[in-house]
Amino acid sequence: MELTGAQIVVKFLEDEGVDHLWGYPGGAVLPIYDALDTTATKLQHILVRHEQAATHAADAFSRATGKPGLVLVTSGPGATNAITGLATAYMDSIPLIVITGQVPTNMIGLDAFQEVDTVGISRPIVKHNFLVRDVAELAETLKKAFYIATTGRPGPVLIDIPKDVQTAKTDYVYPETVNVRSYNVVTKGHSGQIRKAIDLMMTAERPVFYTGGGVVLGDASAQLTELVHTMGYPITQTLMGLGAFPASDAQSIGMLGMHGTYEANLAMHHCDVLIAIGARFDDRVTGNIEKFCPTAKIIHVDIDPASISKNVKVDVPIVGPVTQVLVDMLDMLRTDKRKPNAESLAAWWKQINEWRSINCMAYQPSTKVIKPQSVIELLHKITEGDAYITSDVGQHQMWAAQYYPFDKPRRWINSGGLGTMGVGLPYAMGVKMAFPDATVACVTGEGSIQMNIQELSTCLQYGLPVKIICLNNRFLGMVRQWQEFFYDRRYSMSYMDSLPDFVKLAEAYGHVGMKVSDPAELESKMREAFAMTDRLVFMDIQTDHTENVYPMIPAGAGQNEMILV
Amino acid sequence: MRHIISMLMENESGALSRVAGLFSARGYNIQELTVAPTEDQTVSRLTLVTEGNEQQIEQIVKHLNRLIDVVKVVDLTNGEHIERELLLIKLMATGTHRDELKRLADIFRAQIVDVSATTYTIQLVGNKSKTDAFINALDASLILETVRSGALGIMRGEKRLQI
Repeated sequence: MELTGAQIVVKFLEDEGVDHLWGYPGGAVLPIYDALDTTATKLQHILVRHEQAATHAADAFSRATGKPGLVLVTSGPGATNAITGLATAYMDSIPLIVITGQVPTNMIGLDAFQEVDTVGISRPIVKHNFLVRDVAELAETLKKAFYIATTGRPGPVLIDIPKDVQTAKTDYVYPETVNVRSYNVVTKGHSGQIRKAIDLMMTAERPVFYTGGGVVLGDASAQLTELVHTMGYPITQTLMGLGAFPASDAQSIGMLGMHGTYEANLAMHHCDVLIAIGARFDDRVTGNIEKFCPTAKIIHVDIDPASISKNVKVDVPIVGPVTQVLVDMLDMLRTDKRKPNAESLAAWWKQINEWRSINCMAYQPSTKVIKPQSVIELLHKITEGDAYITSDVGQHQMWAAQYYPFDKPRRWINSGGLGTMGVGLPYAMGVKMAFPDATVACVTGEGSIQMNIQELSTCLQYGLPVKIICLNNRFLGMVRQWQEFFYDRRYSMSYMDSLPDFVKLAEAYGHVGMKVSDPAELESKMREAFAMTDRLVFMDIQTDHTENVYPMIPAGAGQNEMILV
Repeated sequence: MRHIISMLMENESGALSRVAGLFSARGYNIQELTVAPTEDQTVSRLTLVTEGNEQQIEQIVKHLNRLIDVVKVVDLTNGEHIERELLLIKLMATGTHRDELKRLADIFRAQIVDVSATTYTIQLVGNKSKTDAFINALDASLILETVRSGALGIMRGEKRLQI
């Protein structure tokens, strides 16, 4: 069947099973937009108000569903606006496919209108990218993009399509498979290494599981949960891993890292065997690398060989997809006659429970001013712990991670690696589009929400009644906190002056706005907001601006050097 | 330690910048670099020299392997290999220097490949220590221009880098 390049894009996406496409039209991508309009397609295009939001929404769609997220934007500013979203997805290994229009091939390099070197600009923040110069290569390139983005360690892939390639014609056949000779995906971990890991685990006296986003991305929650229960060891999860193992399980000792629990960080510091699964030893987790897990032998399961021994040298590396490695490990354990050392494990749990008993997450409640932590606790209560929670970046993000225990994977959607302010609302859009019947709340702050506030308009157009829980403390809270701790309370540029009236603003966009400043009415107001299932409600919650995120490991300190209150 | 890393990469536009970009983005240093086509038109052979401890080199090789356009990578330093570089050097050659330089070139088995009334251009092939030694043996004030190809390398014996 002879089609134009633009029609091939639309037809291919449909053949590939894509149902949602986030984007924004412009000159260099008009043929594809025309093809969307003239082709009978089930593909739904969502028109955002800024290209950055398109990338974030598609990214969240992927985080929540496991399917790749799709973005379509124009050349030049369309592409550069998408860059932050690409970098955000790249840092958290999210399979995102971004299609950008480009000026016609005969004008590339001539500084044409809306021309940028999109492939060059995006190169360091994509898993791979392509410039398609010939329409005959288009379908295969699209297939390669999906294959590369979704296999191995996932990541964003960008395809730059010049306008003349979009209008040129060729025969289209959907490529069922594709071969990339230089790209080989590992399908299994080395059985000898898995055996070694089990041997080491069996000798452990003070073991800890430390698991991350890789478990979520690999859909390995069931296997992880079985393994942790089989061994009886404590487990701590990273910010990106939350929900892969149920937070309400007795073996969960909470999040670790800079704002992790006292018990998790001390267990890391004192452990003798560390079992790292789908985690990458990020600096926010390890603290000072010199002081990290000083007495531990380390097992590391990861799909990306480059993640292994990057920051911390490990003793038993296992390269492979998390799910398959855990399946194999569980198989071996079933026939293994050895059992974990019950006596030393009991002593270890006794120690951990002592650390737990200091209750590091306790905070001073108040009847005068709304404590941000209490807002999250209430959110958990009202949504019965079963909502999709997206967050922006800052103090509110940490409080959401700390005070909303996640029992299921893919429920906690946030920018962990890049820490991108402004993701919260587009993230909520992406999740709500994927799961229209689910409760979706965006925990944000008055700083972050203003970075993509224009998307309130998209939410109205597409009927996305998410709940915005804005912890408004009139400060860039995390910046203010660091200034208080480390810059002698010089609050340089962290006060958010001239804030808009968020209630009126929400109303102007056709939504419901609520302002709450009295702790006594918070619960009834929040219940009211969540009862309006068909309306987007913006809750502007005036919180205590002096509150800080505790516990905290200051940058450069060891995991045993926490500030508790 | 100095390592010679050699790879086959897809003959695609942008492949070289992916390799170069990886080094700059991760703070590694490329000291020498050569790229040229091979008998297989779909790939180019890239050879580079970098400096690093064992862990750094391991990371470099892993990250190179991660690049989609890189088909195969080998750290030649790990095994028996032959290393060569080509030096072209233009020297001021007048008066008694003309004979002296000719003799020095002979000692190093270098060839004079271009001659003018006042200059010699000398070609020398060898490993880095040989080319360095030749340059050091020259009177520095006579050197007008130095061009070095950077190292090329190949494994000894039957071992080869292939797809």
